[in-house]
Order: sequence, then C-alpha cells, then structure tokens
Amino acid sequence: MVNSMAELLIKNGFVFDPILGIKGDIADVAIKNGRITDKVSDKAEIVDASGKTVMAGGVDIHTHVAGPKVNVGREMRPEDKFFRGEYRGGVLKQGKRMEMGFSVPSTWKTGYAYARMGYTFANEAAMPPLFAPHVHEEFRDTPIIDQTAMPVFGNNWFCFEYIKNDETENNAAYIAWLLSATKGFGIKIVNPGGTEAWAWGKNCSSIHDEVPHFEITPAEIVTGLIKANEYLGLPHSVHIHGNNMGNPGNYKDTLDTLRLTSGINTSNKFGREQVLHNTHLQFHAYKGSSWSDFESGAKEVMDYVNQNKNITVDIGQVTLDETTTMTSDGPFEYHLNQLTHFKWANLDVEIETGSGVVPHIYDKDVRTSGIQWAIGLEIALFAKDMMRVYITTDHPNAGPFTRYPGIIAWLMSEKARQATLDTMKWKDKVIDASNIASMDRELGLYEIAQMTRAGPAKALGLLDIYGSLKEGSDGNVAVYNLNADELPSDPALIEDAFRNTAYTVKEGVIVVRDGKIVAEPPKHTLWTKVNMPENAQVMHDIREKFSTSYSINLENYPVFDENIHNARAIELDAN
Amino acid sequence: MPKTLEGIGCPFCGCSCDDVRVIVSDDEKKILEVENACAIGTEIFLQATNHERITKPRIRQPDGNVKEISYDEAADYVAKTIMNSKKPLMYGFGSTTCEAQRAAARLMELSGGILDNCASICHGPSLMAFFDNGHPTCTLGVVKNRADVILYWGANPVHAHPRHMARYSTYPFGFFKGNGFLERTVIVVDPRKTDTAGVADYHLQIKQGFDYELFNAFRMVMYGHEQDIPDMVADVPKQSILEVAKILKEAKFGVCFFGMGLTHTKGRNHNVDIAISLMRDLNAVSKWSIMAMRGHFNIAGPNKVWSWTYGFPFCVDLTRGDRAHMNPGETSTIDLAIRDEIDLFINIGTDAAANFPIDAVKHLKKHPWITIDPNLSMAADIADLHIPVGISGVEVSGIVYRMDNVPIQYRKVIDMPEGMLSDEELLDRISDRLEELIQEKVKAEKKKPELISSEPVLCTSHSAPPLNETG
Repeated sequence: MVNSMAELLIKNGFVFDPILGIKGDIADVAIKNGRITDKVSDKAEIVDASGKTVMAGGVDIHTHVAGPKVNVGREMRPEDKFFRGEYRGGVLKQGKRMEMGFSVPSTWKTGYAYARMGYTFANEAAMPPLFAPHVHEEFRDTPIIDQTAMPVFGNNWFCFEYIKNDETENNAAYIAWLLSATKGFGIKIVNPGGTEAWAWGKNCSSIHDEVPHFEITPAEIVTGLIKANEYLGLPHSVHIHGNNMGNPGNYKDTLDTLRLTSGINTSNKFGREQVLHNTHLQFHAYKGSSWSDFESGAKEVMDYVNQNKNITVDIGQVTLDETTTMTSDGPFEYHLNQLTHFKWANLDVEIETGSGVVPHIYDKDVRTSGIQWAIGLEIALFAKDMMRVYITTDHPNAGPFTRYPGIIAWLMSEKARQATLDTMKWKDKVIDASNIASMDRELGLYEIAQMTRAGPAKALGLLDIYGSLKEGSDGNVAVYNLNADELPSDPALIEDAFRNTAYTVKEGVIVVRDGKIVAEPPKHTLWTKVNMPENAQVMHDIREKFSTSYSINLENYPVFDENIHNARAIELDAN
Repeated sequence: MPKTLEGIGCPFCGCSCDDVRVIVSDDEKKILEVENACAIGTEIFLQATNHERITKPRIRQPDGNVKEISYDEAADYVAKTIMNSKKPLMYGFGSTTCEAQRAAARLMELSGGILDNCASICHGPSLMAFFDNGHPTCTLGVVKNRADVILYWGANPVHAHPRHMARYSTYPFGFFKGNGFLERTVIVVDPRKTDTAGVADYHLQIKQGFDYELFNAFRMVMYGHEQDIPDMVADVPKQSILEVAKILKEAKFGVCFFGMGLTHTKGRNHNVDIAISLMRDLNAVSKWSIMAMRGHFNIAGPNKVWSWTYGFPFCVDLTRGDRAHMNPGETSTIDLAIRDEIDLFINIGTDAAANFPIDAVKHLKKHPWITIDPNLSMAADIADLHIPVGISGVEVSGIVYRMDNVPIQYRKVIDMPEGMLSDEELLDRISDRLEELIQEKVKAEKKKPELISSEPVLCTSHSAPPLNETG
C-alpha cells in the first residue's frame, strides 16, 4: 500500500545539494508526511544508500510532454511505436498501464520514464491557451510526476494591443487572468510576432521585423512581457524561444534578444534572480551564412550569458536520434519541412498562437547534426555558473528526454564525447566548425545536481518545493547507483546509473526501486494564482474578443475545476 | 420560473457548437426550448425528456424476452463475459465524452481486447493519410477571422453540419473579414448538385471516384505543367481548373474542408494524401489549411485520448497485454468482424447494427453482443444486454474535441433519470468488477502474481504479468 504519511530514512548516501552546499558528504535524508524533515522516529522505513549518490528529485525546466502538438506528434507517427528494446521505447508493461512510443512517449510512459531517471517534476513548455483543457487531461493521465504548463503569450492579440499602447497594468491583469483561466504557470514566448505572421505565411526573422497588421515588433513584445512579468513578480521569468530559431547566423538575433534584458532586474518573493530564461540555446547559437558554412556560435552567446546574471538558459542538446520536432514556431517547422521533405503538420490557433510538427533525423553522419551536437555540449562546457545553465533536449525537439543520462555522461567524460565524435563520418568538419574537440572540461556530480535540480528549481521560482533536500521541501529524492568516491571510468556506467535509479522517492513514497516502477501515488498540477483586483477594462476587452473573434464561448474557455488534476496553487499578490 | 442555460454544447455533429441556449422547467426535469442549435441538435435535446426512457439495464432471456436487471448485475455480467472471451472488441464512442473514452481504455487494457471508434468506418482513411503526409490545419476561429477562400471537397455541410458555414467558414464576420461572406469565395467540388454547391461561387461537378485525378491536375498547375493538362479531367473542363487554381494560389488564407466524399470513394486515404500534398504546395505561395469534416460531436475525442494513451488514434489492439498494436485492415472493426475473430462485441455510443455491413453484423451476433446507449437503437434491439446510460452533453458533462481538435468543456443541462449511470461511471464499475474477477482467478490458480508493481499487472490474458522486455 502506498502510504505517504509514513516515515522514510535514506541512509549513508553521498549527498549532493547545491542549495545547502553539500558536495558529496555522507549524510542521511529524512522524510515525514511527504516532506523533508530533520529527523524521523525509529519506525521509519530505511533505505540503504551507502555507496550511492543522493540528490533531490530532478526538475525539468523545459519539455513538451502534453497538449495538442505533442499529441499530434503521437497521432501522426505510428512508426514511432515500432521501435523495440528498452532504448527505443520498448519498455513493456511495468506500472499499471502500457508504455508506448519512443520520441513522443505516451503520457503513461512519460511519467514512468521520468521517475525512473529520478525526475519528479516537469514543466510543459508551451500550452496554447485555447487548448488548456487538453493539456490538463493529459496531465491527469501522466503518472507520478508533478507538472506545470506555460501558456504562450508571444503572439497573443491582447498582449500586442496592451504593449503597443504601453498599458503594462492591463497587460499584467490579462496575463493574471489567463494564468487562472488556463491554470498555467508562467509566461512563454515562442518566435514573438513570427507565429502571428505565419498565419499569413510570413515570419519575423529579426527582433525588429514588424508584425503584419499589428504595428509592433518582436523586441517590443519581449520587453513588454518582461515588464508585465516583473510587475506581477511571477515565480518564473519570461521563458523565451526567440526569433530566427534554427537558422545559420542566428546567434546575432539571440544576442539582440538577450540584450533586451540589459539593466532590468527583478524583485520577487520566490528567490528567482533572472528576468529572462532563453530556452534550448543550442538552436539559437548558430554562426555562418548558410548550411554550407554553418558553425558553432556557442562561445559568443555564452560569453554574454556568463557576464549577465539576469539570464538563465537551458541547452537543448541534440542526442543524435530520430525524433519528432514540435514547436509553436509554425514558420520554422514549415521551413524544416522544406529542407527534409518529411511529413508536416501545422496548427494555427485563433488569437493566440500556432504550431508545427515535423519528424527529424539527427544523423551522426550528417555534418549539420554533428555540429549541432557539439554546440549544445559547448554551451554547457563554456558555462561559468552552472546554477544558470540547465540540461534539456527541448524534448522531443533535439532528442527525447530519456536521453538525459547520455548527456550527463558526455558532460562528465571527455572520453565519452571523443567516442561519439570518433563515430562521425564528417568528424573533421565537425571539429573545424566547433570548439568541442579542444574542450577537456569534465563536470562533476555537484555541477550535474546544479544543472538538473537546484538550478532549474531556482529559475522556476519553485525552490521551496523542489530542487533541494532542505527541510520543508517535498520529499522527492533520487538515489543513483554511483559511488561518488570512485566514479566509474567507463562513461556507459554513468549513463546506466542515471537512466534507472536505485530508488526514486516522490513525496515520501518509493516509486522506483531498482529501476522499476513500484508505486504510483497521486501527482500535482501546479499553477500560479495572482491575487489582484479585477480589471474592468481588461474584462471588457476579453468579453469583446470572445463575442467577435473567438470560435468558442467565454463561459467554456476557463478550465473547469473538475478538469484540473490535483491542483496546487502558487499564490502571490501582484506587486 | 423556467431556467435559461447559456453556452451549452450541442451533442450532434463535429461543429460542437457551444453557444446553445436551453430552457428547462422549474423542477429542472424537462427541457422546454432550445435556441441557436440546428434542427437536429434541437431534437437531441428535446428527445431527452419528451418520451419514456429506458432507465435500467435489460438482459435477454433464453426465451427471447428481456428482463430488467440492476447496474451491478449488468457490470458483473459484462465483466464475466469479458473473462470468458478471447478477443473482445469495444467500438463506437462518437457520442461519448473523453472521460468515458479514457475509462474504456482502462477496461480494454484489462480485458486484453480491441478498442476502436467510428473513425474506423468514416475518417480512418484521413488519419491514415496524416500518418503518411502530416496535416497542416488551423482552428475554426482562424477560418472565421482570416479565410478568404473556402474549398468544400466531398462534403455537404448544409445538411451534415448545418451551422458550419454560418458559424465558422462562410458567413461569420471575423477580425480580418469584417464583411463576412462578401469577402469570401466558396468553391465546392462534388459530383452532386448539393445545397452547399447551390450557394457556392464555383461548383466543380467532378466525376464520381475521380478526386485523385482532379487533385493531380491542380498540382500540375502548381508545378508549372498546366499545358499538359487534358481538356477534361474528371469531367471538369481544363478552363475551370485553371480558373479555380488561380483563386487557390491568390488566396490570402484558404481552407479545404473535406468530407467522406474523399474517404469513401476509390482511393480513400490516397485522396486525402494528395489533398494534403496540394495544401503543402499552396503554402509556398499562399497560406492554406485542411480539415476533415468530422461527423459526431466528439468523434475526434477517442482519436486524441487513445493517442496520448497508446500512440494510436483508432484500431487499437491491446490483446498482447503488455503493449498496443495498430494495423488497419488487421485490427480494424469491420475486418475483424468479417473474419469472425471477435467473440464479444461491446457497442457504445453509436449504432453498429444499423451502420455495419450485414455480414459483419451476422458474425458479431453469433457471440455475446452488449450495447451501451442512452436510447433504443438497432444495436440495442439485437443486444444480449442493453445498458442505458445518461446522454452525454445533455445529462452528462465532460470534455469533447471539436472537428478542429479544440477541446470544449460540455456542461449537463439536466440530471439523468434517477439511478442511472454515465458511460464513465458504468465503465469504471465494470473495470472494478473485472479486476476483482482477475484477482480471484489468479488466487484460484494459486499462482501468486509477481509484484513488479504496487499492484499486479492485471489483464485477463495474462494471469501472471510478463517479466522481461522481450518484444
């Protein structure tokens, strides 16, 4: 029986907790009533972690695991289910429900696979507000892990109008209303202005391209949304996928976007320090003028990130797999389809956003893929402050999240990187176009803990709940089969350890034992509840837009309470 | 005072209009009036309370008569019948909520059976074309706000989706289309002179079964080969093809709505496939989307729910117990029935008896046939057990997916007759009972299930769970 009220004591592990500054000391972790505590009674169940590594449960700051485009990826790719074997999605039934899919796993597999890797939280990085009930339906069917979803705002007509008229207060009030209506977590921007332009088959490829019909530029959209975010003091910062993603030469556009934060600071009650999170930076750090002279811009971009504490990033590491790309960046997916000629799905969403889905093969024997692989790792290895640089694959865009263990091995072992590089057909060209071959830095477990739990939890403003083993945090713990005193010299063993934990504990319940799912306790849906007086102007605007331009009724738009699964509100009063 | 309910979702077609106004009596027991809905939608509401309803499960006796039983007895009967069957099939779902479709997945996964929905006989070919070619689409609000060219191909919305043109595509005023239909060009491709063709600007009266050829001609124009197009293609003159192709290319925002005129004629999924290819071509010079005219108000629902559960939208074969499999032709309802592979048929939220080929019905009828449906129908009439349930969208709330896959939260307008269950409640009750029976069987066989989960992996076809990843 699952009993979250019980006591648990995880004994004698090598504990890594960047928030408490613990760097591999042998210590015990006690959990009572689902929370980390300082001590437990002698009735506590004992988990022997001696010779093993203990960290807080993993926190994924950016992943696409639920919602319309994710499900289109599942629906249109039956072949994604044909791969067999543990690595390719073939884990057979282990929990209560079947596990299906490789690059776009079923909701059930998503929960189980994260738990097996020691992760207990994942942030769905792009929710079209109109489709919020769909996202929450999928959360209900995703076991074990807690989840949040970020509504997309970067192509939203309401925000365009408020920003154009410099009405920060109204913009903030609208954002607060939408977070409540969709039970969303924070502000996501995807290709600001560009996706709206895509509704006419156009794009905004620099931050100064004007959005057709709306007399606003991406730069103004981003600045306006950062202003509103800090006006409200939301837990997370604006979370951006900027303009011109995935194109050679775009590192300049990325730097232009990052510079928009210059001089902006934050005061919020959640301990967050950044005002902008640039997601999947790998896709935004390309030099060259075309694919023929394409090369890494990781150094240029990371020089800027290293110098500016008000920015955080995640890497978006290419894992050299066949995968499924999906993004609210509609024009990007169309252009990718023009390059590869695989099947293409697109979904334009009224008033709010759009999206596209295209399968993609990152082939180690294709020069471009090899350079992309190098750029992601370089971003991590050039980083000076690992609390601001996080491991992601922009799942499933650069590869499935189930590959995180492999990325950790690449970051911890030069040998592992070299071995992968050696398999590449165009190894020399990849080396010429990147810095990877000259980088001998190897990260340690403390830095991995920064990049996979403490850092992302802090950037999300959720450090009270996740990312640390400090007293009062949720009792989420990962115990890995890794002796921190004698790390294996074979990187494959590091990868194995991070793929299947010895134990994963979710709110005091052992959910994974020896890499197998053993319990499925209830999970939570977190959302941000802003307490502020109703704004009459904004409510009028909303009613007006629903009566003229939306295709559904306003009464049916906010997600009904019964459709939110185990809601847990993060409350704040607007600044 | 009668009560007026606003913003109610309509339980008829894939338009899933959610602006219906329903007036119910004082005691909230009778639906008095329905506004905004089309004639068919209005009737579905009114019929809920204007006649005597069947409120108890009815089981067929050996003498052919039916006897009323309780819901618990019915759940027990279904669970036991599942235990005794090798390959149960549950089919239908167009008129159920997503909550019920989710509960059905749990039940069939326990049963080691097959899950299929009405797409199997209507827009399944469309889904198969999406597998091959993707699917550039948009929400219906985008159509309303932006579209200047509307192409209906093999669809007759005036009759099948009565409010489609008025509410979404042709007549509404939109953000960039302040003059409604005055700013839109409507093109209809149909072998018949339908009422939809009657209001169109262009009607291409295509020769029945030659859709692929006509799409091909349009694609030839896109690729600059118009000089090679014969004088007539599929009974459409070359001049008309060139004229319409020009309109398609010059559209600012175009949408192609296609119906079963593509999926039920020669070519089937290939017709949809080439339609999608034409859309992709058009996106190089314009902006185009394509959308299937889905039939029932929530027939997109099971496609969505089972895609996130198993990765497959229809024809989901769960008989392997530990993983799902899909292969239309092999795991599709009609083919399974024609080959007489099914030894238990559960019909839910549709009328299979009225719509299937007679040979399929004959085979299915040789074995136990259970119908779950609020009303009498042919499928209810011939069933060994008919379990009535609340009417989704009238008496049962829940999420439905509109034809553009936008989730709409439906509210109930009245309560079910006392003592009745919703589809979801019923299916969960059957699953609970089935879990008990499996546990009993496991115990009886004295095979202690391996505890690889908090609870043993339950499935009728596997009293002990598979242990290794051998697939």
